[in-house]
Amino acid sequence: MTTIKKDPVDVVIVGFGWTGAIMGMEMTDAGLSVVALERGEKRDTYPDFAYPRIADELTYGIRLKLFQETAKETVTVRHNPGDYAVPYRQFGSFLPGNGVGGAGVHWNGMHWRALPSDLKLHTTISERYGKAFIPEGMLLQDYPVDYADLEPFFDKFEKVCGTAGKSGNLRGQIIEGGNPFEGPRTSEYPTPPLKSLYSGTLFSKAAKELGYHPFAIPAANCSQPYTNPYGVQLGPCNYCGYCERFGCFMYSKGSPQSTILPVLTQRKNFELRTNSMVIKVNLDSSGKKATGVTYIDIQGREIEQPANMVILSAYQLHNVRLLLLSGIGQPYNPQTGEGMVGRNYAYQMNSGISLFFDKDTHFNPFIGAGAAGAVIDDFNSDNFDHTDLGFIGGAYISAVRTGGRPIQQMTLPADTPTWGAGWKQGIKDNYLHSMSIGSEGSVMPYKECYLDLDPNYKDAFGQPLLRMTFDWKPNEVKMTQHITSKMQGIATAMNPKQMKVSVMDMNSHYDVRPYQSTHTTGGAIMGDSPSNSVVNKYLQSWDVPNVFVQGASAFPQNMAYNPTGLVGALAYWSAHAIRTQYLANPGPLVQA
Amino acid sequence: MKTIRKTQLAILLLSASGLYAQAAPAPLEQRIAHGEYLSRAGDCTACHTAVGGQPFAGGLKMTTPVGAIYSTNITPDKKQGIGEYSFTEFSDAVRKGIRKDGTHLYPAMPYPSFVKINEDDMQDLYLYFQHGVKPVAQANKDSDIPWPLNMRWPLAGWNLMFRHDGVFQPDTQQTTAWNRGAYLVQGLGHCGSCHTPRGIGFQEKALDQSEPEYLSGGTLEGWHAANLRGDKATGLGYWSEQQIAQFLKSGHTEKSAAFGSMTDVVQDSTQYLNAEDLQAIAVYLKSLQPMGDNAKEPVKDSATYQALANGKATQPGAQLYLDNCAACHRSDGMGYENTFPALTHNPVLLSKDPSSLISIVLKGSHMPITQTAPTGLTMPDFGWRLSDEDVAQLLSFVRTGWGNQAEPVSASQVKDIRAELPKPQGK
Repeated sequence: MTTIKKDPVDVVIVGFGWTGAIMGMEMTDAGLSVVALERGEKRDTYPDFAYPRIADELTYGIRLKLFQETAKETVTVRHNPGDYAVPYRQFGSFLPGNGVGGAGVHWNGMHWRALPSDLKLHTTISERYGKAFIPEGMLLQDYPVDYADLEPFFDKFEKVCGTAGKSGNLRGQIIEGGNPFEGPRTSEYPTPPLKSLYSGTLFSKAAKELGYHPFAIPAANCSQPYTNPYGVQLGPCNYCGYCERFGCFMYSKGSPQSTILPVLTQRKNFELRTNSMVIKVNLDSSGKKATGVTYIDIQGREIEQPANMVILSAYQLHNVRLLLLSGIGQPYNPQTGEGMVGRNYAYQMNSGISLFFDKDTHFNPFIGAGAAGAVIDDFNSDNFDHTDLGFIGGAYISAVRTGGRPIQQMTLPADTPTWGAGWKQGIKDNYLHSMSIGSEGSVMPYKECYLDLDPNYKDAFGQPLLRMTFDWKPNEVKMTQHITSKMQGIATAMNPKQMKVSVMDMNSHYDVRPYQSTHTTGGAIMGDSPSNSVVNKYLQSWDVPNVFVQGASAFPQNMAYNPTGLVGALAYWSAHAIRTQYLANPGPLVQA
Repeated sequence: MKTIRKTQLAILLLSASGLYAQAAPAPLEQRIAHGEYLSRAGDCTACHTAVGGQPFAGGLKMTTPVGAIYSTNITPDKKQGIGEYSFTEFSDAVRKGIRKDGTHLYPAMPYPSFVKINEDDMQDLYLYFQHGVKPVAQANKDSDIPWPLNMRWPLAGWNLMFRHDGVFQPDTQQTTAWNRGAYLVQGLGHCGSCHTPRGIGFQEKALDQSEPEYLSGGTLEGWHAANLRGDKATGLGYWSEQQIAQFLKSGHTEKSAAFGSMTDVVQDSTQYLNAEDLQAIAVYLKSLQPMGDNAKEPVKDSATYQALANGKATQPGAQLYLDNCAACHRSDGMGYENTFPALTHNPVLLSKDPSSLISIVLKGSHMPITQTAPTGLTMPDFGWRLSDEDVAQLLSFVRTGWGNQAEPVSASQVKDIRAELPKPQGK
């Protein structure tokens, strides 16, 4: 195949979701010429998310119009290193985004900062419980940055999104009604919390009575009209119930489209090329310097884009795969523990309780938003004493009402028939009168949970698929069972007529069919040395210093919180280092 | 700004300096930059740059009742553009509608307004178009108007009747700001092209404030350009000078937003005007007396809100409003500040002619994308979803709800405007 060679640019960005847009903004601010390559199509609030077409659950929720096309590329999955992995052909467990805006289009907008202890988990656990508390085979490690490093960048990303919330810790002062466990914030949230829905109100009341500390979930849905620091206007959330799996028609949910692209795409030193699938990062003969990337355009032509700097800002799994396909860094070997690329893959451990009330209690579930609800952080991270519990990590417990959609959001009591007149009656009896509580928990990294290239399956372009080796470990099952028992306590205090609990047990295996979360992490983790990480504290590759790898692939282990707040903050932090240090003196920003 | 070679510069300075023997001439770059500013004020690009085309290379299709015409190449290309035009020839084209070859321009070119541009500004515009614009060798396109209607000599008669020669004459009774505003609005801004009703010969019925029809609202291609006079219900009676200036700068105020072709005007033209000129325009517009259309002013009324908030959508159009509009414009019709415009007490909703309302519902529209408001918030199109009867009911509801007292809209009015739309999109 002949390769078309494009004119060189300063920066090429691979993947145009949140981190691609942030890096595009920052690099063009620095005066650099930037080309962003996105494998999917161009999408914007209008016409792609326009009301009422976007509120179509079948098209977007079930047929997954906004997501990666499995026919072109997917991942293979197995539980253990000895197993044969098979392709993830029908999306269930997690939903990789595609197209301009990436997963930033269809997220629920839960906008968290990491807890200080999340970023220093190894140190926190060792100091409080002793090193022996960490089980054999768990590859727990600290981030090479702490909360104070990232605070200005958490703040910046919240201001870009117009995030709605209430401080619990403003410059060290604990504030009633916010999250008392959060790290100190330098400023209040840009917009006030979303309105409390009735399910959240009941949950908060019960949680408070039990001595917990409920607060409104920080939401990247503006609660009122807002103009962000780029001058981009956002609209207020109207609780339509179509956040997850959908784009926002109200200009309310923070997405690259609603916060950054109106300004970035007008810039003369920025170019976006869609339908451009990057297949590898090109290296010079030394293997220590990237010369650009090669991609396939919509006509199937192979195109080389030379660049002085390569920023990988694709989805976590794809970032790792590109590193492996390009020969950047050494692939992880679970037998020897050598090699870092693909190591520390982690996920999320969740549980839920459905609560059914009598007909006097109305929840009106069609009023909802991805992050509308109440939450407690009393059992997250190391906010509680683990001494006698025998596990590391935790979860947040929340009552969120993301919506009341007809296909996927019809929860029924366990004894209801699954079809026919009995099912219809069940819907009538319960639709308006049920709610749920959920826990979203951390997952620690393990020696045998990792990513590598699959030896058997290839994508539409003939390149090996990424292989995921992952299963639940006792630490996470113990964690979720403990959290769920606390959750049951809250649910019982709410006094429903019936409850339905779903929680993993020691016999549970990772099942890719039901949706759990799209918070896959790790594989190109950040650390303080090439011996424990793929990138340094500025997300710069240890092996090829003009390659920067953004996103949740940098997380050493997965926290309970949804990742986007940390992903955005890390991108701004990385960009700041590039602008203030790297550009003047290109080369490793941290000496190995 | 394009670079100019040194030698060219010297020659230009020599030729230009002759015109300004008295005062020290402004440096050429400054005059070209000023010419560019004036070209923005005149929104030359609106017609002379085709969608996706080179700046000022022409080719934009404009439909007229007798056939389409195409805007011309006004780049300094010597063959296809105006590179061979002398200053006088350029001035005659802009101010009199007469081309270098003596033929007449169609009055789609607003020369009846541009005739008011003063001599100094014409010079600077000429310098800009000769030296600040990149030449493009793009041939002009003949009009689609069939013989004998394509003969241009009758335009001389049109000009005799409707063109009033003579540059703008300041009114010494008025302030400097008023005079500057009048000069910009009547001349380069050619606001009357859309905002003044047209007469039997398609001429603007008035060209300045001396007649009450001036800027009292006009309808073109399915959009009603608003009344800009002091009428309280339908005009700018309740707008402050500051709101007018903000609107022209950013494309919106707290409660209203530009739409339809005004979106392009703000994007391409008014957002680039300096604060003094915007203020001057506001001063002049605020001086225009109400035309007295007897439109009823909105009254205070909470019944519509109460009904919608309590789920009583019994009034015709109310359910359509809740299902299609209330998410952004809200059940109190107030919208959200600076984001989604208010429907209550908003003059553009209350004009006798509902064309704009019908068009915006059928086609949708986006707010201007400006330096101060880059988002371009978009109202989606509803033409694929709502029938003529639906739109009529919905707009009648909006025009009479929340204390609004405008006349209802009929399905046949909607039908007429829908007929001008491209084929409806698939559902």
